Amino acid sequence: MARLHEYQGKALLAQKGIPIPGGRAVSSPQESREVAAEIGGPVVVKIQAWVTGRASLGGIRFADTPDEAAQAAEDMLGMQVGGFTVEKVLVEERLALEREFYTGVIVSDREQAPVLMFSSVGGTGIEEIAQEHPDAVASAVVDIEHGLRDYQARNLVRRTGIHGRLQRDLGGLLVKLYDVARAWEARAAEINPLVLTADGKLIAADCRVTVDDYAVFRHRDLGITFARELNRPPMELERIAYGVEEGDYRGTFYFIQMTDEFQQGEGVVGFHGAGGGGSMMSMDAVINEGFRIANFVDTSGNPPASKVYRAARIILSQGPIDGYFGSGSGVASQEQFHSARGLVKAFLEEPLTVPAVVRLGGNSEDRAVEILERVNDYLSAPVEGYKKDDSPQFCAQRLKALVESHTPPAEPPTGRKQPVAQRPYTFETVTNGTVTFDHAVCATCETKICVQECVPQILSLNEEGCPVLNITLEEAKKGRCIECMACDVDCYFQGSGGGFVELPIPGLEAYREKRGRTG
Amino acid sequence: MAILIDETKRVIVQGITGREGQARAKLMKEYGTNIVGGVTPGRGRQEVEGLPVFDTVEEAWETLGPIDVSVLFIPAPLVRSAALEAMDAGVQLLVIVPDRVPIYDVLEIAKAAKNAGARFVGPNTLGVLSPSRGVLGMIGGRAMSARSWFFPGPVGVCSRSGGITSSMTYYLAQEGIGATTLVHVGGDAIVGLPLPQVVQLFQGDPETKAIVMFGEIGTSQEEQVADLIEQGQVTKPVIAYIGGKGAKQGTRFSHAGAIIEGGRGTREGKVARLEEVGAHVVENFGDIPSVTKQVLREMNVL
Repeated sequence: MARLHEYQGKALLAQKGIPIPGGRAVSSPQESREVAAEIGGPVVVKIQAWVTGRASLGGIRFADTPDEAAQAAEDMLGMQVGGFTVEKVLVEERLALEREFYTGVIVSDREQAPVLMFSSVGGTGIEEIAQEHPDAVASAVVDIEHGLRDYQARNLVRRTGIHGRLQRDLGGLLVKLYDVARAWEARAAEINPLVLTADGKLIAADCRVTVDDYAVFRHRDLGITFARELNRPPMELERIAYGVEEGDYRGTFYFIQMTDEFQQGEGVVGFHGAGGGGSMMSMDAVINEGFRIANFVDTSGNPPASKVYRAARIILSQGPIDGYFGSGSGVASQEQFHSARGLVKAFLEEPLTVPAVVRLGGNSEDRAVEILERVNDYLSAPVEGYKKDDSPQFCAQRLKALVESHTPPAEPPTGRKQPVAQRPYTFETVTNGTVTFDHAVCATCETKICVQECVPQILSLNEEGCPVLNITLEEAKKGRCIECMACDVDCYFQGSGGGFVELPIPGLEAYREKRGRTG
Repeated sequence: MAILIDETKRVIVQGITGREGQARAKLMKEYGTNIVGGVTPGRGRQEVEGLPVFDTVEEAWETLGPIDVSVLFIPAPLVRSAALEAMDAGVQLLVIVPDRVPIYDVLEIAKAAKNAGARFVGPNTLGVLSPSRGVLGMIGGRAMSARSWFFPGPVGVCSRSGGITSSMTYYLAQEGIGATTLVHVGGDAIVGLPLPQVVQLFQGDPETKAIVMFGEIGTSQEEQVADLIEQGQVTKPVIAYIGGKGAKQGTRFSHAGAIIEGGRGTREGKVARLEEVGAHVVENFGDIPSVTKQVLREMNVL
């Protein structure tokens, strides 16, 4: 995640020369004892979790001896706070505080620039402190072109009434903090409290650094494997979804799990939005009908059918939802039949056993709804498609009516599987998918719908009348095959069923087996 | 009149030989935008959609004459360089379509724009469209769709969501209300032309009689619009909807800008501030057309 733990943030501060307390993060009581012994004096033990007010949660403890440090770690590791299981605690030397300050660099949308802030009063509740003592707080817009100059930082500190040597030292430290923010492209880098010790040293006692999600690719050194802003660590399914997004830059796929604990019949639905604003509005509409949503998903920005398919499979791999609700802005600029094919493929393979209502308004909505509703010939659960003149409210009401009148089957039916090919012709796609045509079946096909409907037109018929690539395998793999799923879905509906596209989702099968949802 | 784009503006496409660039150049041209050429490094002297392709923006400018607008369809990591190139060559308006542009790159572009007196829409924008006059970016997806969904009229439309830009204008059109210009400001936290600046452009456009705005959680854009109304800098009626009722603090909902941080940028705060200064804030998205209609009738515009 792009939000760093305290100990990770402090490592960055140290790299730019900002003093931090001695110590390190540990994940066992034994290590905690060792670190305390190395420090050889009173220590503080702190849980590493993105929650505010750790002290009041029992997440910060003082220890005078190594044994006490081990005990504190023992009590804290495994603690549940804010959806978190504490996996690490930070063991640090205890500082003799003389004074506390606050400083931070935050990217401001109002200024379109980084803003440096300093408060001569720091510590917990900085927002309230700022309101009560406005004179103690100063801020300055930093010129991104020239960076922060030493004198600018000193003038900022001066405005809070600090002079002389302390002003000079604080100014120097603020310049280094800006360097941290700039070097690692932080949306926010804050030190609170910044401590002045009894012996006159400035030390960053706590910090909070959030790196820009979109810049993570330039900072592999941070080891961020999940660049998404959440107020808790990612769940397993969220990691799987993130893997899909990371491996495929075409369009957007955003997945957040809202709840993982629910039973069939509790009115929890899978939510599949399209477009940020449209998704939020549609989410509000389905919640207004009394549903809870298991997840928030957004597939938009012209995603290929394969991405929508993977999103739908992930949504359907959650707990026992009562329905599936898809809706976007209603007037999409993208061609909606791609999304329809992705959904159909997922619904068939799952197979879908609860009602689905999908609002596919926008370009090619007629064709999209036709493709989507065709799936009703193969499923026990109803699937309804809607267009731009149907409001999200109306669609949410339709889902409610369908859920109320539908009884899911006691025994889940088997879904569509990849047939064993007698004479396979295969090629790979850009996301490690495999397109397979069973030429033994294709030879008997009367429609040859795959060639006709292939969006990039990369298929031709060979002498035998079977589909083959009219480009090289490498070109297909590099992305000329856009994974439109016509040779899969349209072949299943209108052809002989000789075409199938296997689209792996790393980690999903293992997850489903663990959760008892095989298939 | 319209803002930002009309049939007179001379437009190039940076990244015109790519998958999106090619498809969208076609859309823009078919809709009537005055596209004069494109730029892709290493692809000079080729042609796309009958348009000349140049290796650099400077070369395009020297060959074609002054260029008013550049629309960027460039992979996110390369956007900074392409944007700086366009401004260096003298282009005064950029439309940055791609998403996932690193935020510090956007800050650098913003500073360069300030230095050059230029402006940019986006990043992460669907673009700008003035009905029957021109489109920048990809609003509408296809020229035929854009023509059937939108028509000229008295309302300026702006939104932080791309899809909503189209749908809001479409639903207004169904009620017989046309638009001067539609602007999707972009879904990111930092955008070149945020809602308050677009609202000011609409204020200065004589044909725009009322402004319809879709806001959402995160950033301070809606609060800044309220400030402008309060200061009397915006006097035209503003009809607004703010999305994100079901959103949680600290969790981002798709748009990089849609995150409530440290209690700032909440829906409640935005709604309260806009209502306080007299904006028409609707609770249900579906009420936008009827409220807009009423506002226009009271002004004797409809």
